[in-house]
Amino acid sequence: MTIGITHFLIISAALFCIGLYGILIKRNLFSILMCIELMLNAVNINLVAFNHFLPTPNLSGQLMVLFSITVAAAEVAVGLALIFRVYRDFQTVNIDKLNSMKG
Amino acid sequence: MDFPFISTILLTPILAILLLFFIPPTSKKAIKLVAAIAMLISFLLTIYVYINYDSSAGGMQFVEKIPWISDLGVSYAVGIDGISLPMLFLTDIIGLASVFSSWNINKRPKEFFILLLLLIAGVTGTFIALDLFIFLLFYELVVIPIYIMVIVWGSTKRVSKEYAGMKLTIYLLIGSAFMLVGIVALYLQAFPPGMRTFDIATLSSAHLYGTLSIQFQIIVFFLMLLGFGTLISMFPFHTWSPDGYAGAPTAVSMIHAGVLKKIGGYGLIRLGLLILPAGAKFWAPLIIILGLANVIYAAYVAIVQKDLKYVVGYSSVSHMGYVLLGFAALNTISLSGAVANMVAHGIMSALFFAMIGYVYEKTHMRSVDQLHGLAHQMPKIATGFMLAGMSSVGLPGLIGFIPEYTIFVGLFAQYPILAIIAVSGIVFTAIYILRVLQKVLFGPRDSSFDRYDDAKGAELVPLFLLGTILILFGLFPQLLMAPINSGISPLGPFLERLSAAPSLLFTLGGI
Amino acid sequence: MEHFALTNTWLIPLLPAIAFVLIGLFFKRWAAISAFIAVLASAVSFILSTFAAFAVLNSGISVDAPFIQRVTWAEIAGLHFEMGALIDPLSVMMLFVVSLVSLLVQIYSIGYMQGNKSFGRFFAYLSLFSASMLGLNIAINFVQMYIFWELVGLCSYLLIGFYYQRIAAREAAKKAFITTRIGDFGLLIGILLLQTVFGTVDFLELKQILPLYIASYGTSTLTVIGILLFIGPIGKSGQFPLHVWLPDAMEGPAPVSALIHAATMVVAGVYLVARAYFLFASVPALLELIAWVGAFTAFFGASIALSQREIKRILAYSTISQLGYMMLALGVGSLTASLFHLFTHAFFKSLLFLCAGAVMHAMSEEADIFKMGGLRKKIPLVFAAMTVGVLAISGIPPFAGFFSKDEILSAALSVSTPMYLLATLTAFMTAFYMSRLLFVVFFGEETKAKLHNISYFMQVPLVILAILSFGSGLWGYICDFGYWIRFGAPLEEHMNLSIAILSTLLPLLAFALTWNIYVRKRWSADYIANKLGILYTVSFHKYYIDEFYALLCRIFIDGIGKIMYFIDIYIIDGIVNAVSGLVLFLSILLGKLQTGQTQRYAAAFFCGVVILLLCGILYFNTISGIVAGGGAL
Repeated sequence: MTIGITHFLIISAALFCIGLYGILIKRNLFSILMCIELMLNAVNINLVAFNHFLPTPNLSGQLMVLFSITVAAAEVAVGLALIFRVYRDFQTVNIDKLNSMKG
Repeated sequence: MDFPFISTILLTPILAILLLFFIPPTSKKAIKLVAAIAMLISFLLTIYVYINYDSSAGGMQFVEKIPWISDLGVSYAVGIDGISLPMLFLTDIIGLASVFSSWNINKRPKEFFILLLLLIAGVTGTFIALDLFIFLLFYELVVIPIYIMVIVWGSTKRVSKEYAGMKLTIYLLIGSAFMLVGIVALYLQAFPPGMRTFDIATLSSAHLYGTLSIQFQIIVFFLMLLGFGTLISMFPFHTWSPDGYAGAPTAVSMIHAGVLKKIGGYGLIRLGLLILPAGAKFWAPLIIILGLANVIYAAYVAIVQKDLKYVVGYSSVSHMGYVLLGFAALNTISLSGAVANMVAHGIMSALFFAMIGYVYEKTHMRSVDQLHGLAHQMPKIATGFMLAGMSSVGLPGLIGFIPEYTIFVGLFAQYPILAIIAVSGIVFTAIYILRVLQKVLFGPRDSSFDRYDDAKGAELVPLFLLGTILILFGLFPQLLMAPINSGISPLGPFLERLSAAPSLLFTLGGI
Repeated sequence: MEHFALTNTWLIPLLPAIAFVLIGLFFKRWAAISAFIAVLASAVSFILSTFAAFAVLNSGISVDAPFIQRVTWAEIAGLHFEMGALIDPLSVMMLFVVSLVSLLVQIYSIGYMQGNKSFGRFFAYLSLFSASMLGLNIAINFVQMYIFWELVGLCSYLLIGFYYQRIAAREAAKKAFITTRIGDFGLLIGILLLQTVFGTVDFLELKQILPLYIASYGTSTLTVIGILLFIGPIGKSGQFPLHVWLPDAMEGPAPVSALIHAATMVVAGVYLVARAYFLFASVPALLELIAWVGAFTAFFGASIALSQREIKRILAYSTISQLGYMMLALGVGSLTASLFHLFTHAFFKSLLFLCAGAVMHAMSEEADIFKMGGLRKKIPLVFAAMTVGVLAISGIPPFAGFFSKDEILSAALSVSTPMYLLATLTAFMTAFYMSRLLFVVFFGEETKAKLHNISYFMQVPLVILAILSFGSGLWGYICDFGYWIRFGAPLEEHMNLSIAILSTLLPLLAFALTWNIYVRKRWSADYIANKLGILYTVSFHKYYIDEFYALLCRIFIDGIGKIMYFIDIYIIDGIVNAVSGLVLFLSILLGKLQTGQTQRYAAAFFCGVVILLLCGILYFNTISGIVAGGGAL
């Protein structure tokens, strides 16, 4: 059995859904941040996979992934800092308690 | 190129605003002085322009034009003609008076005067704009300072100042939204792409080329009527006006009742009638009916008011009815009367509000039930009240008479029966004005008012300025009527042609 | 000088106007200077008026060929406002009377207002009044007349309310202004109609156009215009039913009542009708209306005056009644008689008012005649002057009133007997209430009150006016008043002997009656009042007209006003507030969806994306399109 693009896509879709599930379900901000990372990585897998299966391969997919990883790193840094701030202000990272946007 | 008078008149308040940013809020004297000097310069330039405007030649004079956004056909174009000149004069004299009437503002004077000057600049801009885009720009500009000023410096009586400010703002914004739709439609329809322009004079010729069908004109004029009608407080869109004036600080009431409302009448003539004549003709009967409702209905309501500001508020609604009647009779006489009446009412209502402001500032009372016999303690303020009241009643020799008479003559030619109803307004006006003045000014001396001073110093400036104009234009009406005539009389043939155009379902034939 | 006066008549109203400005702006505080300026201006005005009158008499100017000057006041396309001076015998007669009476009243006021805190203000107002009234007299068109008409109304308002600290004065001023305003409403509509129908409001132009117009269109429009125009004089000249303000106007100082509410302003209505007589005379129905209004007012006013107790109110109702006479005369077609009566009435009525003022001044502002008495000996000069006035108004020959009233009566008789009878009855009542006033105040028991003395400033005008009240009738009769002031061809003066005898005997009878009732006390006044019962009560309460108007006002002004206000704040504003309430309600409703739970938002977002995608795939196939397009996007 050859591993085709479908397999990659299924894995990436599964990874994405797990991440999405986590975002919608988890109460802890850290978990949510990690789930976001999962979704991001699902996208990265997609990019690499598509690049691999191009008729005339070039490295633009990989390049894009590298960018994406860099941005993700920065995002994690900012995200963690925000969560830290939120913790300082609200004394909690439980997202249920953080409902000051209630209309 | 000649010295740009009109732009200088417009820019002086704006320059003063910039200057005010650099003055510390604590030096209140300096702030007031800067505002006063700026308005004085504007006012003197306006007088210069007024004197040097050639009434016998007429037309647009002092024109300045700089292309701005040429892709859209927008240019910075300002100038004045016989219709806008009196309005410009009105703006600047009331602007100057309002600065002096706010002389005793102690709460955040810096912000107050910045907003006030912004407001004045905005109003000036709408009257001198020859470009629809510039007109709209300034038109939208004026609402914002008013809102802030009502909320921060206003007063709460029957309704809270927040309610009043909100009501005023929302009414005007909704009105202007309809108008905006109309204007955009007009812009798109008037000329094919590439030739499109916001130039008012060019747009006024569009109906001659047949690009604006009668149906189109009727719809767009109706949208404009909603906008300008709200602004001029046409029945039943008038309730923002008494509440708004009651909530607003003195200077805002003065400018709003004195000048801002007149943008409605001015817009109806300049944009409504000149660009969309068929639309104006079609809706004229409706405007007549609503104007009549303004005159009588508002006068009746004014009769039972207790708060001085409400009396003058409803009184201004009633007087605006005359302007609407003058507009909708659609002949040169009535239109001249309408423009003149806008000036007359502007001056007298500003004087009224200035005097009410003084009384309120001193006694913190505004109710007819609480105030009495003020002529004993405040003879000068009482003089101001009497002057304003008597010209409101339409006493000859003061500014109010000739405009009203002119409107009546024009209206009589078109709708004699309705004109009679409109004339009966003079009796109602006398009733509510006299009742209030009698009660507030005359009667036994009340020693509890003895601790309040009469107006003095800078406070007398509005009384002197506006009172002088009330009498001057009353005794020599030609000073006012000459420029107006030069603006309106060229419309004669145009209105003549228009009289054949279709009108609303019922033509009110002969009544 | 005569020529100068004739060509510069505009100076006559201008001088008092300048006096007004000077006093009002600069000299209000200094009583002596104020009075000096005002009197000086009036005196020069009077001299100029006199010269103008001589100029008119000596040159060929007549009512048919007046001397006119005009200037443009304001002008717009299609509408022309003119000001000017129309000089003919009619207007110079008015100029003469007005400037003379106002000069005398101002001199009198120096004494009367002595020590008043607002002395300067009083003279400023008086000057403004003179200016406006003189301006009215020389009006060349209806608009100019209306303008000054309103200005004299303003002065009347200011002067009635002169003692503004008194609530009664304040209310009377308001009532005067609003009531006359109702009249002005009619007048203004009439003028507007003239402007619309004829395109001009100029007296002379109208006079020329009118016959042609009537020939081609008939008189129906004119009738309407005439009725509307006449509403103005009804208000201004205190004709029934708009007379209610005039008695209340007596709240003003006595000189004001003499000048404005007896001699000059209230006759402006008569003057207007006389000025526009060419219009009224062209429609017989209009004249009949005027005559009946006049006759009824004359009777009506006199019937109220019979029972009043306040000295100035009696005179006020007497003024209403006399003004009715003048209207009656106009209505029966005798312009001459009407203006002759206006001429004599100005003198004797202002004399009476000034005497009343002197009496009240002496009695420390007491107004009730029954609290006075026996003043004959204490103020003999006032008594003498008052007697002259009473004899003049009652029409005893050879006093002034006799001649003018006689002409009115004979004119009335020639048109309609009922009107004549009404007028004669009025003459009897006039003599009755005037002699009642005289006898009660000056005879009978002497009052204990200590009297203020009356200064020379007050005495001199009384003497002059008394002489005029005595002689002006005879003077007019001899000098052929009717030759100068007339409508149509000059009338031969003739005296109808039977009328003259009857109108002399009736007042004498009335004198006898009042003498017996009030001086000899043979018959008790109370007893008679009781006997008359309802008649007396109705007269005493002025036919309850004030109460009736107050009721009307409450219902139709305040009542409707309240309803309108209700509509305004509960219906119009109600709708507005309901709309804003609806928006608020919707926003609260939709706000409930905003739980503040980020994850719910995310879930909703996800669901939304899925739904959109499904829609796209299933219905629009756009997704496949986009995918197929690939990089081309």
